[in-house]
Formats: sequence, structure tokens, C-alpha cells
Amino acid sequence: MTACIEARGLRKSYGKTVALDGVDLTLETGRILGLIGPNGAGKTTALNAILGLTQYEGELTVLGRNPWRDRDALMRDVCFIADVAVMPRWMRVSQALDYVAGVHPRFDRAKAEALLAKTTIKRASRVRELSKGMVTQLHLALIMAIDAKLLVLDEPTLGLDIIYRKSFYDSLLNDYFDHSRTIVVTTHQVEEIQHVLTDLMFINRGRIVLDCSMEALEQRYAEVMVAPEHLDAARALKPIHERQVFGRGLLLFDAVDRDKLAGLGEVRIPSIADLFVAVIGADQAAQPRAAA
Amino acid sequence: MSAPDAILDTPAAAEAPLARTRPFYWSVRREVWENGSIYVAPAIAAGVVLIGFLIGAINLPRNVMQQVQTLAPADRAMAIAIPFDIAAAIVLVTSFVVGFFYCLGALHGERRERTILFWKSLPVSDLTTVAAKATVPMLVLPIVTFLVVVAMHLVMLIASTVMLPTAGLPATLLWLEVPLAETWFHLAVLLACMSLWYAPLWGWLLLVSGWAKRVTFLWAVGPPIALSVFEQLAFRTKYVDALIRYRLSGGLTELYAARFSGRGNVKFDDHLDPAKFFSAPGLWIGLVVAAAFFAAVVWQRRYRTPI
Repeated sequence: MTACIEARGLRKSYGKTVALDGVDLTLETGRILGLIGPNGAGKTTALNAILGLTQYEGELTVLGRNPWRDRDALMRDVCFIADVAVMPRWMRVSQALDYVAGVHPRFDRAKAEALLAKTTIKRASRVRELSKGMVTQLHLALIMAIDAKLLVLDEPTLGLDIIYRKSFYDSLLNDYFDHSRTIVVTTHQVEEIQHVLTDLMFINRGRIVLDCSMEALEQRYAEVMVAPEHLDAARALKPIHERQVFGRGLLLFDAVDRDKLAGLGEVRIPSIADLFVAVIGADQAAQPRAAA
Repeated sequence: MSAPDAILDTPAAAEAPLARTRPFYWSVRREVWENGSIYVAPAIAAGVVLIGFLIGAINLPRNVMQQVQTLAPADRAMAIAIPFDIAAAIVLVTSFVVGFFYCLGALHGERRERTILFWKSLPVSDLTTVAAKATVPMLVLPIVTFLVVVAMHLVMLIASTVMLPTAGLPATLLWLEVPLAETWFHLAVLLACMSLWYAPLWGWLLLVSGWAKRVTFLWAVGPPIALSVFEQLAFRTKYVDALIRYRLSGGLTELYAARFSGRGNVKFDDHLDPAKFFSAPGLWIGLVVAAAFFAAVVWQRRYRTPI
């Protein structure tokens, strides 16, 4: 099976600011990738390149197509929801259904109607009359009724309360995702998508600084709560990150034998958030604002 | 979107043929949904004209009405037809203003309200989108204007028919004197020709709409005026000024044979001269310029980072 997204040496700069600095990535079909990075790391630029919204240097293939050149054809197979892709406020729910049904060959109106029936959204309402959570529900209902191969979500749950966020990912997993589809999601609320993802990438200053599957992540990284008396021994194993919690050291190890770690304290799988702080923090320290 | 191409791409599509979609049609419809003023404003203008007409007709002194009857037939026809022409002109001007502001907002609004990425998340090309937006002033508004004027004329005619006998005039007078079919044919030709004549104006306004970050109106009218003033101050010539005037009013002078009635009024009905209009270089140069503007608008929507 060919990769859904394949990038080699993807570069993009705006004037002197380098947004993407030689990104290589391969995403197979049927995966759910979390693309995580601090603000300004290049996430949105990468997504824009994938969606054919911006020109770039380097090689990029999405569903076998050049996204910039073949954008019009690509958009039949790709959907996206971005926090910035707001739905028109004047539009009625019924008009949104009519319009998407009218322009999208893979839109299943009955499915969208069924998804909307689970919400309290009325057909006659205008988007401006809906709460932010309801607008996201509407957008998601439209998108999930499209038989797309790639779904890109850029901060889709920004500004939503936890109940909407939870139901957003639940319905995405239960009603939409199957292994012929691929999803790319960026968010700052990383804890909430930990169980959703199959793959994880960290991006910082335009470069990929971590790229692994969730299974590999669980084998490779370990977080150990180390008692003070074992701290020196633990530090000898070169943790990638260390912080203090309740007077005990919480150390994060990359590719260290679990048997060695077990003697030092309680070993567990680190959260994406902790891993993010460790990896991005190390990357920031390694190149202290060289470009800036 | 060619169907064979789509079927080759997707095995699933071979089993269930893709739904037939009409992106252009739905893009035009959504413009009309969003911009109710396309039909509301001409209708309101017609309504105001009608109310004025009715109040005027009621208050018109009896003797004026009777004087009309004593006029020579040609003058009488004109006296009766003039309110119909004036009413139509008011609706036409309203539509022009609506078209002007529609174009200024058409591409600016989707960036200001940040809906552009929603539109771009659907398989509607930039070309289709811009074509739909250009269709509004060039086709949708002329059709709406035509229908509104026809409806308004009919109401005026019926109202007059009811009122004329009260002034002691025969109700049949109007039906004989107002050449409605001719007026409407005239109107249709006028609207079609003006749609083509103003194409570069719509193109320019759409370009400004897509390009200016704010104050689109100033960007649309400021540079031509500044250029004209600059030329007049620097070279004491008026070429730019003449060019702007020609584009704004030249369509009418090209369309109508330059024959004037004795009192200095252009007498419209039998002077329409489409042959002259379509042989005017100004029309064809304008269309070439319009095509260049529209191409620039498409290019701009495609290449510019959306937000």
C-alpha cells in the first residue's frame, strides 16, 4: 500500500522566516497522526502544504498527487476542519446541507442528517445562532458524511468545553474512522488525544524532532519516579528530562532497558505532554534561538 | 471534474457512481443566499417608486390629466410613457449600486470573516468560485432587475387603469399609449449590453476586493481619481479623466444612436443601435481588460496564503 502522505525535504519560508526546514515524513493509510508542536513551529504551514493551500519547495505527495498542482482533484478526497476555517455565519443549517450536497460528489446527505439528528441543532437555524460547540458539531457532521480518504484537523476543538471535546473525538473514532481512512490532527490539548492516536510527530522550528508510532513510543520511552537515594544511579543512565514532583525525581528515559529502570522506582509510560516538554525543551536548549 | 478521471482514481467510485454535482450552480446560489440585497434592494427601490407613483397619481390635479388628453398624440404618448421610463431608470441605478458594493465585498468578506478556508475545504476550484462571483453582477442582477421592472410596470399599469376613469380619461388610453412590449425588449437589450460594457468595472472591483486588506471602497475609487488629478496637474491633459468618463457613461452613448429630439431630450424608443454598440472598440477593449482582471482575481485567490 502506498503512503497517504509522503514528504521529502519539504521547505517553506516567508521572507527570512523559515517555517518548514526540510521536513521528511511518511504517513501510511489507516493511521491517525498527531502533529504536535509549540506555536509557530510550522504545523499550520505543513498542513497548508498538504492541503494545497501554499506553495513549497521539496517533494510532497498526498494520495499520490501533487497537492499544489492537483489541488482541485485532491479536494474531492481530502477534508479539513481548522479552527480558522469558520463556517459562514449567515448560512442556515439546511443551506449548508444543500450546498455541500451540491458541490461534493462524495457527500452522503442521509448520513449528515442522521449525525445532526443526534444533536440539538435545528435545520432552520443560522450558524450565527449556534454556540461554538454546535458549530463544530455541524461542521463535523458535514465532514464525516463525506467519504474522504484523508481528514486534516487543525486545532479542531479550540475553544470548546471538555464535553464537546470528548464527544468530538468519540464520534470521530466510532462513527468515522475505519482503516481505509487517514487522519492528521494538530492540537495543544495533547492529553485528550493520547488514546486516539496511532502515530505521533513533534515539530519544532520547522523540523520534525520526534516521529514514532504509539506502540514504539510505549516501548521506547519510560518515566520513572525515582526515590532520592536512587537519584545518582538514575542520572547515570542519562535521562532526557528530569523534574521534581513532591520531593521525588521524575525522570524520563529514552531507550533504556526496563529491567535496569525497574530497580530505581515505579516505571510507567510517559504522557504525550511530558514527552513533549522533554523533547521540545531539549531541542530548544540545543539550538538556543540560533536563527532568531 | 471529468467523470472518467474520477472513476479511474477510486475503486469505490466504480461501484457507486459519484453523485452528480454542480459546483458552479451552487456557488451562484450561495452568493444569492449570502447577499439578499441582490433582490431585496431593487425590489425596495421599485416599491418606493410605486408608492410615489400612486401618491402622485392620486394628487395630480384633474386639469393636468385632462391637459394630457389635449396634447398631440406623439407628445401624449411621451407624457404617459415617461413615468414608466423614470421608474425603470431608478431600479437600474439601484441595481448598479448593489452590483458595485457586492463586488467590493465578494472576496473581501470571505477573508475578513475567515470563511475562505471553509469554502476552500470543498472541491470547488478558485476559477469556479470567481466565475460564480462575476456572474452575480453580469447575469443574476440584470435578470433580477428585468423581472422587478416588469413587475413594477404591470402594477403601475393596473393602478393607472383604475385611476384614469376617475379623472375622466378612458382606461384604454394607457394600454394603447404605453408600448410595454417595446419598452421591455428595450430594457432587456440595455441590460445585456451594460452587463458587457461594465465587465471591466466588475473585474476591477473584484480584484480590489480580493487584494485590499481594508477600506476596499477607497482602494477601488481612489487610484483612478488620484491618477486623473495627477495627470491634470502634471501634464494639463485629461486622458485618464476621459477614459473613466467613457467607461462609466460611454456604454449608453455607444448603444444609442446620437439623435436628439428637438427639446434636447434623447428619445429612446426607436434609437437603440446594437450594431453600433457591438462595433465599438471600447466594448472589445473593455472585455479584454475584464478578462485580464478576472484572471488576476483567480490567480490571487489561488496563490495568496488564505489567512
